[in-house]
Amino acid sequence: MAHVDTGRARDPKKGLTEPLLVRWGLTVVALAFLTIFLLVPLAAVFTEAFRRGWDAYASAVSEPDAVAAMKLTLLAAAIAVPANLVFGVCAAWAIGKFQFRGKQVLTTLIDLPFAVSPVISGMVFVLLFGRQGFLGTWLADHDMRIVFAVPGIVLATIFVSFPFVAREIIPVMEATGSQEEEAARVLGASGLQTFFRVTLPSIKWGLLYGVILCNARAMGEFGAVSVVSGHIRGLTNTLPLHVEILYNEYQFQAAFAVASLLAFLAIVTLVLKTIVEYRTRRSMDRQPAVVPAFRAADI
Amino acid sequence: MSIDIKHVSKRFGSFTALRDVSFEVRPGELVALLGPSGCGKTTLLRIVAGLESPDAGAVLFDGEDATERRVGERRVGFVFQHYALFRHMTVFENVAFGLRVRPRAHRPSNQEITTKVTDLLKLVQLDYLGDRYPSQLSGGQRQRVALARALAVEPKVLLLDEPFGALDAKVRQELRRWLRRLHEEIRLTSVFVTHDQEEALELADRIVIMNEGRVEQDGSPADVFDRPASPFVMNFLGNVNIFHGRVEQGRALLGPLAVDYPEHASADSRPAAGYARPHELEVARADTGNGLWAILETANLAGAIVRLELLDDERKLLQVEVARDHYDTLNPKIGERLYVRPRRIRVFVGQD
Repeated sequence: MAHVDTGRARDPKKGLTEPLLVRWGLTVVALAFLTIFLLVPLAAVFTEAFRRGWDAYASAVSEPDAVAAMKLTLLAAAIAVPANLVFGVCAAWAIGKFQFRGKQVLTTLIDLPFAVSPVISGMVFVLLFGRQGFLGTWLADHDMRIVFAVPGIVLATIFVSFPFVAREIIPVMEATGSQEEEAARVLGASGLQTFFRVTLPSIKWGLLYGVILCNARAMGEFGAVSVVSGHIRGLTNTLPLHVEILYNEYQFQAAFAVASLLAFLAIVTLVLKTIVEYRTRRSMDRQPAVVPAFRAADI
Repeated sequence: MSIDIKHVSKRFGSFTALRDVSFEVRPGELVALLGPSGCGKTTLLRIVAGLESPDAGAVLFDGEDATERRVGERRVGFVFQHYALFRHMTVFENVAFGLRVRPRAHRPSNQEITTKVTDLLKLVQLDYLGDRYPSQLSGGQRQRVALARALAVEPKVLLLDEPFGALDAKVRQELRRWLRRLHEEIRLTSVFVTHDQEEALELADRIVIMNEGRVEQDGSPADVFDRPASPFVMNFLGNVNIFHGRVEQGRALLGPLAVDYPEHASADSRPAAGYARPHELEVARADTGNGLWAILETANLAGAIVRLELLDDERKLLQVEVARDHYDTLNPKIGERLYVRPRRIRVFVGQD
């Protein structure tokens, strides 16, 4: 029989946690990885951007082509984000609250932009709307340009960024179910009142989170937009495409200066994301630290 | 307001939830819809509320067809099983919701809403919790907020889906009594769904017992308990001892027991079963006639009623309840052979 030592106080968590060496080892590996692949490049972007001083930086980002690229990026995001917001809420509503045939297919389709390479997404639009495409002749006859023009860029941006909102709020909608909405309807609320007073407040943080991610992707997208853009300076260049052109022309400082705008956007996104996550957690457990003692009348 | 449910049927895909259900709720009555889970009682309640529409049949409010009326126009108060309180609103705002969403022309002023909500919270004894969120309340408190919210729109009917299902036993008892008093006070036509026969028997003026989408029996608590219309009702409303046998020539022969059964006077023999509740059996040391011998296995002495379990010669379990005094006088020992005699037995023909 094994001797069991009951006299010594034991660490209650012993046996559940890894040895100290392993814990430290894993932490160091993770931190080293983050430093090499995230922090160093980020620092490099800002160092390069400001290598020739503030004036050079300012002139690089205020140069007409850069400003045009910035405007186009903002325009694409300004259309893509609201469009995906509406689509995401509709899709999440359908999936979270209703039972219907093909629900699983819809859920899978929403993930499609994550699954295919952005270049392919861009190619699809070229094949559809390009001069040799299915609708190319018809579009040419009616004097409409989609590919190598702003509409194509907007379409490609919508395509690559559409899963974000839907994916964030589907789990929230599924978790809350439809009882609160039913309660609102029984109390006499109209469909719109139910949506704005009951549904929207319960999904607002998930929605905001999805919008932030969607916006980041919409502004940062390169592959799909690159295929449909045609790289016409001042006309169909977005910020990421402008960075590439500058780099290929050996204007490193200017390229990094413009890139720093995108990097800055990424940092802002991360900060917002953290705030939203914090608020979400807070609103989930709005529980007082101490539950007050019930009065005699309480049941 | 009266509710008239006429020949209502409902299917979900291949599942038939309700088959031709009809019954009536009179003004001011408190009616229980009682049945095992899946018997269609909640579906029926949702149809009355307008949350589901029936495939066939009609729901009449005060004699007027309300089947096509939309849920918001039916003036019903609905208390959901899990309360469905609005999580992001305070208790006060939850109760005020039904008033705030009214069309501008009918909407009370802020002042009126405050007065009304405060009154309602007083009625459910929660006026000091108005600024809390639902997550900060206990189950019983949430239940009462849900009730106040439902009453705020001045409904003509109150519908409650398993109102005490999610509460623990003690809270359930107290809330039950409280709801009974509240109903006596406001006299609102009410229907509640439950699977707990004790709850239905204690609370309701009338009980509608449902099984597999049909109404099995509709009557007062005493009616359904003492004069069950079917073996299902007998079984569902409490423990029973079943004696299998046959009926012929006006007699029911149930194993060792024989009782008169004049309803079946013909000579052809049909399967039947006799049902007796544990308190309808009595035990003795001597053969008192028309009973059977069984061995005492266990005796549960906790409480005023002693619950005995006996095994007869075919090793079939008999459940008997006797008064504590009687048990003490008899003072039987475990393993002793006792004579069990039913004082009362109900015979249902066609039961094996």
